[in-house]
Amino acid sequence: MIHIPILRAGRSYRSLNTVRVPHIKTGEPLVEVSQANRGLIAKDLVDIPLQKEVLGQRSVAELLSICKKAARLFATATLPLDGTLQSPTDYIQQVSGTTGMPEALCEQNLFKIQGVLENIDTVLDGLTRGLDLGVLDTGWGVQNGRTLSYVCETDSLGAVLPSNSPGVHSLWVPAIPLKVPLVLKPGREEPWTPYRVAQAFIAAGAPTEAFSFYPTDYAGANEILVRCGRAMLFGGGSTVAPWVNTPRVEIHGPGRSKIIIHEGEQSNWKQYIDLIVESVAKNGGRSCINASGVWVTTYGREIAEALAEHLARIEPKPLDHPEAGIAAWANPKSAHGISSLIDRHLKEPGATELTTGDRVVELDGCTFLRPTVIWCDDAEHPLANIEFPFPFVSVVEVPPTQLVEAMGATLVATAITEDTALTRDLIATPLIDRLNVGAIPTNQISWDSPHEGNLFEHLYRQRAFQLG
Amino acid sequence: MNLSRKINESRKALDAHVREIVKWHFSPRTGCPFWLEFAKNLDFDPRKEIGGYADLKCLGHFEDEWLRGGPVRRWVPKAYANEPIYVFETGGSTGVPKSRISIRDFHIDYELFSESLSDEGFPTGSDWLMLGPTGPRRLRLAVEHLAQHRGGICFHVDLDPRWVNQLVRYGKNEELDAYKNHVISQALNVLRAHENVQCLFTTPKLLEALCEKISLPKVGIKGIFCGGTEMDAQFHRFAREELVPGIDFIPTYGNTLMGLAACKPFDPADNYAIIYYPPHPRAIIELVNPENPEELVDYGETGRVMLTTLTKEFFMPRFLERDEAERAEPIPEYPWDGVENLRLLTELQESVVVGVY
Repeated sequence: MIHIPILRAGRSYRSLNTVRVPHIKTGEPLVEVSQANRGLIAKDLVDIPLQKEVLGQRSVAELLSICKKAARLFATATLPLDGTLQSPTDYIQQVSGTTGMPEALCEQNLFKIQGVLENIDTVLDGLTRGLDLGVLDTGWGVQNGRTLSYVCETDSLGAVLPSNSPGVHSLWVPAIPLKVPLVLKPGREEPWTPYRVAQAFIAAGAPTEAFSFYPTDYAGANEILVRCGRAMLFGGGSTVAPWVNTPRVEIHGPGRSKIIIHEGEQSNWKQYIDLIVESVAKNGGRSCINASGVWVTTYGREIAEALAEHLARIEPKPLDHPEAGIAAWANPKSAHGISSLIDRHLKEPGATELTTGDRVVELDGCTFLRPTVIWCDDAEHPLANIEFPFPFVSVVEVPPTQLVEAMGATLVATAITEDTALTRDLIATPLIDRLNVGAIPTNQISWDSPHEGNLFEHLYRQRAFQLG
Repeated sequence: MNLSRKINESRKALDAHVREIVKWHFSPRTGCPFWLEFAKNLDFDPRKEIGGYADLKCLGHFEDEWLRGGPVRRWVPKAYANEPIYVFETGGSTGVPKSRISIRDFHIDYELFSESLSDEGFPTGSDWLMLGPTGPRRLRLAVEHLAQHRGGICFHVDLDPRWVNQLVRYGKNEELDAYKNHVISQALNVLRAHENVQCLFTTPKLLEALCEKISLPKVGIKGIFCGGTEMDAQFHRFAREELVPGIDFIPTYGNTLMGLAACKPFDPADNYAIIYYPPHPRAIIELVNPENPEELVDYGETGRVMLTTLTKEFFMPRFLERDEAERAEPIPEYPWDGVENLRLLTELQESVVVGVY
């Protein structure tokens, strides 16, 4: 059986404690993943300043060139996997096998990660707003006639990662050219991508010491969050709750991304249906940047009906089907649980499901949830502002004056409106993390724009600096 | 003597011990109010019907609710009514703690355990640091007695595991860290100030925290008796290879209801598996099918821990613990069943805050 080891500052370690992750279809173990005990992580992290020193000896320019090489290796090379080898095709099949994401979508995610690595200078340009990155080598510099200095606030970036979609791993890769070692805790079903990214970096010439990879339990994850000077944490409400008031831990909770349509007297909504469908269903609807709400000021029911008709065309397909667009559930019980939860909420007045037929579908040995569209005429309904990891969307109609306040915290909002007052309010609200004004799908990412927090600002602080 | 003969003899000794203990607890002259009252509702006399361990089935399963709340004196055997009585509580991670009375049992258990410790790792006359749960737990006094029994003096640090559980439950990570540091700094004071402290009792997590701050071999620690919470093979390996290499490291499993189980002597062939043997015939562990506790699982198979405690102070037949393990074969040192890879029952693993200190 394939084994994924722990990486202790780049050194492979096989634990006596392993977790076997089954293939979603056969139920047979596909991979055995070594589990790090909490104390082992704690002991290693005592030495993390040494790993930072090793990484810091490389110049940013050198690390950028390593990123570009790693991009090619990640997407095209056969890379080491604990004594065996892993081709890109193996990788795609393995990710699909344990997570249930169709192979075609895994491949798209592979290209997304490759894209971030390949375009790393543009990404860093976006994060730093054009800083001459040589400043990170010397600690200070002069740009546009001004003296600048940045200080790194941590010896490592800890990341407690999810299993929902491989593309999410593109968020932490800029840490390497920013000279900060990584301490990664993969999701149970998705150890593949962080391990392969690390292997691609190492093969490209990055210092092995910069990569620590600890599949572990709750206590181990906690240890990473406690000990790393900066961290990112992915998870649902109860997972992230203890950390919401800890600024050194960047929370990536539910996105509740939305599309807002306020057209006044016009009724052009039909031309945005494809954009909404893409925002809801792209990548299997699994990402936090997928829209889970369409908030409108008029034509709500009509929009919901049209969406139901379009989304219903996306049917589950076998995971190796080239057009498969919906992910299977690694744990069928969770699929049934979520479906029952939706049904329970639908019994409360104020919401109607407009998609028809069975929501839970068994196909080719896998369990799927079919796209689901809810029409909410009550913005307070429990289904109005909720997110699930499949193509699920609620269409909510609210008066324009109440819209911004009612929609609550939103990771990505796409606003389709010509109303200047509403646009002004949307720009002003801190509730929206990323705002698209105009017909831009919520899942469309711009390389040079920070996505879900700004990693550079998370890791570095600008300080006053004078040279006498 | 060959192993199978030893096994047979230990079984015979167990049956004789069961008869003696049942006779003691169900006799109006010596027994405790709880069992005497219990016997009134039986349609048989346990002293006549129970001829050996297998016959304990006729008493059903001991229920943990019987130990939660009072009156605690119903557990005091009449024969000990005039003795000084201790009461010890379990961890309290599942509501009202279970309590157990004791007179000398904890002395006896730890004196027996002492015989399994080496003189090199735990030198006679050396002092101890007890860095584990204090308060109403038996460990605090038991470790002190162990130290005294071996001619040593025991130093202590206060530790309230229930407060730690609260901090974990409510995600108060920083307070948890502060409390841990508070405990560890006191332990460091003892280790630095008292050169004759060569033996340590501590829990896995506190051992890790201590090792971050100090080299235990350098301050003269020779033996570590580690317990209080579950340990797995990976922790055992990590401790021996990285935390305290060269120190005599003895994992143990004990609880207020059973006493103290000894660990199989270290053998590289076991690949760090932790195999415990209960203190026969004072306590017996059987691993049973969780769906049908009347069915013993085979060697190597996983079963739920069914614990029977048989002392003159405490009689607890066939109590279904919240732990599971694999059934281990008898060995010459301990010619009765052992348990390997002891852990919380799978079905409870997400609902109970356990082993946090």
